[in-house]
Amino acid sequence: MSEMTQTWIILGATSSMARAFARKVADQGAVVLLAGRDMDDLKRSAEDMRLRGTDARAVKFDARDAETFAPILAEADAVGGVINAAVFVGSMPPQDAIDEDPSLIDGTVMDSFTGPARFLQSLAPLMEARGAGTVVGVGSVAGDRGRIGNYVYGAAKAGFATYLSGLRNRLTRSGGHVVTVKPGFVDTAMTWDVEGMFLVASPDKVASDLMRAVEKKKNVIYTPFFWRYIMLIIRHIPEFIFKKMSI
Amino acid sequence: MSWKTTEYTGWGRVLSANGQLARPERARALSEIAKTPCPAIGNRRSYGDAALNSDGKAIDMTRMNRILGFDAGTGVVTVEAGITIGELAHVFAPKGWIPAVMPGTGFATVGGCIAQDVHGKNHHNAGSFGQHVLSVTLLQGDKRTTATPTKNKDLFRATMGGIGQTGVIAEAKLQLKPCAGDVMMVTEQRADNWDQHINLLDASTAEYCVGWIDATATGGALGRGVIEEAELAKGLLPTAKPSKSVPMNAPNWALSGPIVRAFNAAYFRRVPGSGKSSVKRIDDFFFPLDKIHDWNRLYGKRGFHQFQNVVPLDQMDALREMLGLIARSGLASPLAVLKRMGPGRAGHMSFPMEGYTLAVDFPARDNAKDLIARLEDMTKDAGGRLYLAKDALATGPAIKAMYPEHGDWTKLADKADPDHAFATDMTRRLDLRNAI
Repeated sequence: MSEMTQTWIILGATSSMARAFARKVADQGAVVLLAGRDMDDLKRSAEDMRLRGTDARAVKFDARDAETFAPILAEADAVGGVINAAVFVGSMPPQDAIDEDPSLIDGTVMDSFTGPARFLQSLAPLMEARGAGTVVGVGSVAGDRGRIGNYVYGAAKAGFATYLSGLRNRLTRSGGHVVTVKPGFVDTAMTWDVEGMFLVASPDKVASDLMRAVEKKKNVIYTPFFWRYIMLIIRHIPEFIFKKMSI
Repeated sequence: MSWKTTEYTGWGRVLSANGQLARPERARALSEIAKTPCPAIGNRRSYGDAALNSDGKAIDMTRMNRILGFDAGTGVVTVEAGITIGELAHVFAPKGWIPAVMPGTGFATVGGCIAQDVHGKNHHNAGSFGQHVLSVTLLQGDKRTTATPTKNKDLFRATMGGIGQTGVIAEAKLQLKPCAGDVMMVTEQRADNWDQHINLLDASTAEYCVGWIDATATGGALGRGVIEEAELAKGLLPTAKPSKSVPMNAPNWALSGPIVRAFNAAYFRRVPGSGKSSVKRIDDFFFPLDKIHDWNRLYGKRGFHQFQNVVPLDQMDALREMLGLIARSGLASPLAVLKRMGPGRAGHMSFPMEGYTLAVDFPARDNAKDLIARLEDMTKDAGGRLYLAKDALATGPAIKAMYPEHGDWTKLADKADPDHAFATDMTRRLDLRNAI
């Protein structure tokens, strides 16, 4: 493979947002490693992409099992060229389920923050050695402020966002880049039965926004863009009022 | 996590359902959800209630849209049933293969095309969609069954055009057809009246042939239109025009009589008297309306009906009489099509028969309903039939009379689904699951 080859590791590749993003980087000729837990499904997606003309491979990734990390990095390293990663993992058990069983917090934080952070921590030296590459980290507007409805998930995503900020600070020095993405409501399996959603974006629209952010080396993007303003307002509600609200 | 209660409609937006929908994204999720037997739906391009299940459950298949296998030597492709025809054409045309039959919208899913045994502008040559299906994988509760024209062949035949009553169509294997290139060479000719229109359709030797008909023209101009003939060809691809969308419901006068008559006259004169040839992109030829997203909003919030029938070749005069009624009613929209069909059909409940098919859109009004009821009677008397993909108004006894194999089909559907778990608003409205 030539030095110009772009490899994209897609963590959480079974999600519809990840699938849409993977198809877009594939259209630009990247080698794609589809990483996740459901290998049957990933193999289907990889075959689908191969039939459309992409070098796509299914690889095992479990945010809660660090032993799955090294083989993925080794495979990306073996392809050669520039290594990039996009993180779409995360889990959001209903807050009342967590209230009932606080141990669910551990898994939520592992899936949404510490698992992917640990993976990226091992990836960083490979990117630094190449002096290039982009990490796309999908956070959530839920991480911008703790709300009664999903503050454990929000806290995990907030932690991940802070981690990404630091990673950006580090990788910038060697020519790498990190894009933090905060999607609003996206029409995915995770939000299928969530009530009260508005201005819902399609996974394809979000993937297009991600592609543009990668090309333009954006630091933090909200998608769709107007969520920046919605969250600006929400972040500025004084705490003494916010604590009584249920939004 | 999987189900949500919501309101959804058919493409005509006259009929709607309130029920629970699931939209799996992975094969495992689909198998899990399908353990509760309920009908599968696709992109809901059927106009009436074929894809509706009020107060029940339905599985939205649109995210199950992957290509599972392709043999570049034979053109055999295996897909998840939620993939659209437009996507298949887009992926495979550059490799020299296209779906052998493509309906008028690229947004139709493969599952939907099978369930309605759709036809295209090449029906007179290629037959119906189901005739190019090599196998289907059905989910019936816990059971996963594969049917082909030779294995489980009764089930296979009952599934082609079987409006989803034999199980969830999860996957399908299709025979694509080779294409020389990925553009269309299109020739358009004017027909000044009915006889000319029919003569041009009869005389056509083109692979793809369809007539646009001015359903507002009366008297000597009755039946005037533009005959479009096309062949797949190699050439330079014209640049794609960006797609547009209809942002909101149009007001009621948008498709009123005077506006439609003016539009149709202009559309007719767009083609010079001596005809014209041009090169078009495949999607522009096959799916002309797909460039305008949500075009069904043009009919306003009351929605619209599409009437489509087919009558045997020797009942051409009956069809002409029906067109006269339509034209004099002043209710038709610009979307009207006349086509000569061949005999090809794949299932008991398949629509096609050798003859002429007429499709006309009407904004949903009471007088349009009356007109359509009249057309239904006339179609039945002519030995023709109505198309279930379009229907929202027909009556059960008429449909059963139009489909002579209906009785056989109900037995096979009952065998596949004894509890009628896959019943839909359409099968209940028309009492299709019962023989008499």
